[in-house]
Amino acid sequence: MASQPAKTGSGSAAPIPKAPPKKIRGVFWNDPQVRGIFYQILAVGLIAAAVWWLASNTIANLNSRNIATGFHFLSREAGFEIGENLVEYSPADTYFKALLVGVLNTLRIAVIGIILATIIGTIVGICRLSKNWLVAKLASIYVEVVRNIPLLLQLFFWYSMITEFLPGPRDALKPLPGFFLSNRGLKFPLPAQEFAYDLAMVLFAVGLIAAVAVSRWAKKRQNATGQPFPTLWASIGLILGLPIAGWLIGGAPLTFNAPVLQGFNFVGGATLTPEFTALLLGLVIYTACFIAEIVRSGIQAVGKGQTEASMSLGLSKGQTLRLIIMPQALRVIVPPMTSQYLNITKNSSLAVAIGYPDIVSVANTTLNQTGQAIEGVAIIMAVFLTISLSIAAFMGWYNKHIALVER
Amino acid sequence: MTDATMTAAPLKPATGPIQWLRDNLFASPFHALVTVLIAWFLFMSLPGLLDWLLFDAVFHANNVRECRAAGSGACWAFIGEKHRLILFGLYPYDEQWRPMLVVLLLLAMVGVSCMRRFWTKWLAPMWAATLVLVGILMWGGVLGLTYVENAKWGGLPLTMILAFVAIAVAMPLGVLLALGRRSDLPAIRAICTIYIELVRGVPAVSLLFMASVMLPLLLPEGMSIDKLLRAQIALIVYASAYLAEVVRGGLQSLSKGQYEAADALGLSYWQKQRLVILPQALRITIPPLVNTIITVFKDTSLVVIIGLYDLMNAAKASIVDPAWRGSSIEAYAFVSVIYFAFCYFMSKYSQGIERRLAKAQQR
Repeated sequence: MASQPAKTGSGSAAPIPKAPPKKIRGVFWNDPQVRGIFYQILAVGLIAAAVWWLASNTIANLNSRNIATGFHFLSREAGFEIGENLVEYSPADTYFKALLVGVLNTLRIAVIGIILATIIGTIVGICRLSKNWLVAKLASIYVEVVRNIPLLLQLFFWYSMITEFLPGPRDALKPLPGFFLSNRGLKFPLPAQEFAYDLAMVLFAVGLIAAVAVSRWAKKRQNATGQPFPTLWASIGLILGLPIAGWLIGGAPLTFNAPVLQGFNFVGGATLTPEFTALLLGLVIYTACFIAEIVRSGIQAVGKGQTEASMSLGLSKGQTLRLIIMPQALRVIVPPMTSQYLNITKNSSLAVAIGYPDIVSVANTTLNQTGQAIEGVAIIMAVFLTISLSIAAFMGWYNKHIALVER
Repeated sequence: MTDATMTAAPLKPATGPIQWLRDNLFASPFHALVTVLIAWFLFMSLPGLLDWLLFDAVFHANNVRECRAAGSGACWAFIGEKHRLILFGLYPYDEQWRPMLVVLLLLAMVGVSCMRRFWTKWLAPMWAATLVLVGILMWGGVLGLTYVENAKWGGLPLTMILAFVAIAVAMPLGVLLALGRRSDLPAIRAICTIYIELVRGVPAVSLLFMASVMLPLLLPEGMSIDKLLRAQIALIVYASAYLAEVVRGGLQSLSKGQYEAADALGLSYWQKQRLVILPQALRITIPPLVNTIITVFKDTSLVVIIGLYDLMNAAKASIVDPAWRGSSIEAYAFVSVIYFAFCYFMSKYSQGIERRLAKAQQR
């Protein structure tokens, strides 16, 4: 349709005037600027009309079905159980609290999933480049098999592996003392509530911050004076040493809150539910194979001359990888990695298929109970857009941080 | 350093299986250790896996009890019993040759589309004609075929129809969106950008939910669309945003000279896109386009969540039968092989194209 007037435009430009006129004045509708404005008004008008039509339909439908609008339902009592909650929650709490529990569950699976998938993906990616034929072959078989099967299918597979093929609590597998693997999930001991453990946790955080500070200072000093500093060992010492010291100061307690079999189920300890475990396994195994491909292509993108040049400078193999290859490979790796992190977060919504109470699942229950579909969907979209934009912003910052600084 | 080494003939690289082993498996003590560990692991696990898959598997049984009594391996008798349900869903049993024909037809079209010889202007009309034929075969109601409502469609043909229709409709839409996002007109650019980013920012599951709960509210009273169409719309919306980004990548990789040359020839906007820009941009984007198609194909399995009986859900439905309880791994393995076959073929194909394009660039 739009090509019609455009064609006449090119036609009118075809005859070449004998003497160049001082000012070419065509008809005003041949002016590209005028046309641009016309098309834009047309497009905006069409979309506005469509939105108005849909909105008026919706209002009519909502009125005829007596569905309330607005977010007042958020302060009403939810009245449904949620299997897993990071903050305290009971059915007597409000819908708002229920949705908050859902958001936290989504964040929990996304954060743990991103960390594990990055670690496993990087290892597999490096394995694919291994000189050892067996290692490279196994890694490539893993990647080919996993990425060509839908994630949902893998989730169902892991979920039924856990719930159908693991023994019941009475004959649970004991991979480690205090650990119980059964069809109710994985039960494991947690350090009991004691001052020493709290102190260790606080010092762990302090150690992390101190390690970052030390590495910054060391880099600055090396840039200024050329003197190297064993940053890696200092950081490990700080991150591990401080909590251990705190634990020793607190009296080095060895009390654990271990799970105990009582009747048909376990009491005490901490639990990874079958739903959470299946979702985490599925997400990590699936995403790790995409990350492996990204890491592999990133490392391959760094020219062989770089390694050779670094070797001839007398850097060790580890230094070559850390100081020469990785900084260059990261530039290729980070942008596609960002979209994989977004994928993990978005794919965590498949939780709804195996019953892990993430935000989509909780919002779905909410909209079924209240009938307020538009608000429910709006909440889901708002939550995911917020998470997506945050991850994109963080990775954008990191990408700028590692980008090549040119003149 | 000495004269002798200077004049000696260059060493011939050693060859042969022993040398291969030494280079690829035992290059250093560390590699040797890794190789031995992996070999031990494979030796411990592979025989068990093969036993389960083949040697201890049961191929004939009437229910899961007989299966478990006959052998400790997989119960492939379950697949023998239920394969029609998994492949064709609830489609009437006597009419299942029709969905079978649909699957073969679509496979043939995929094969044709992969051959360069057929990359002509006739490919799009051929796909359109195929989809019409698929509709006639699936619905029936004409040519003496009995009518089958689409609530009964299921299994592999449903998965293929959802994927191919989504891609067929989303492809032109995606090209338009990509052009819109690179347009000079700010309003059009804004509309396309918002659409693409909104769709890519939310999970596909939420788009399906949206289509299933919000479409009935958005349409005027009395006008209703069924579940299949709702899922199809959601998949089209989803696929179009991702395809648009792939196409935009191709558009961006063209040099500015191409645009300027087309302008200098006096081509109109649409002539410029159709004759100069898109043919080049789309050619470079074939590998990522195929990857997006694979993603869409895999993501059709999400319609499980709104209760359509695609391949995935048909497999889930087949294990509900109490006579075959506990056969879920066999069902999932069967379906995995089908998904894998499709996706593996497509990804190998896209890698082949990529290699050919790289070779063309080298000259």
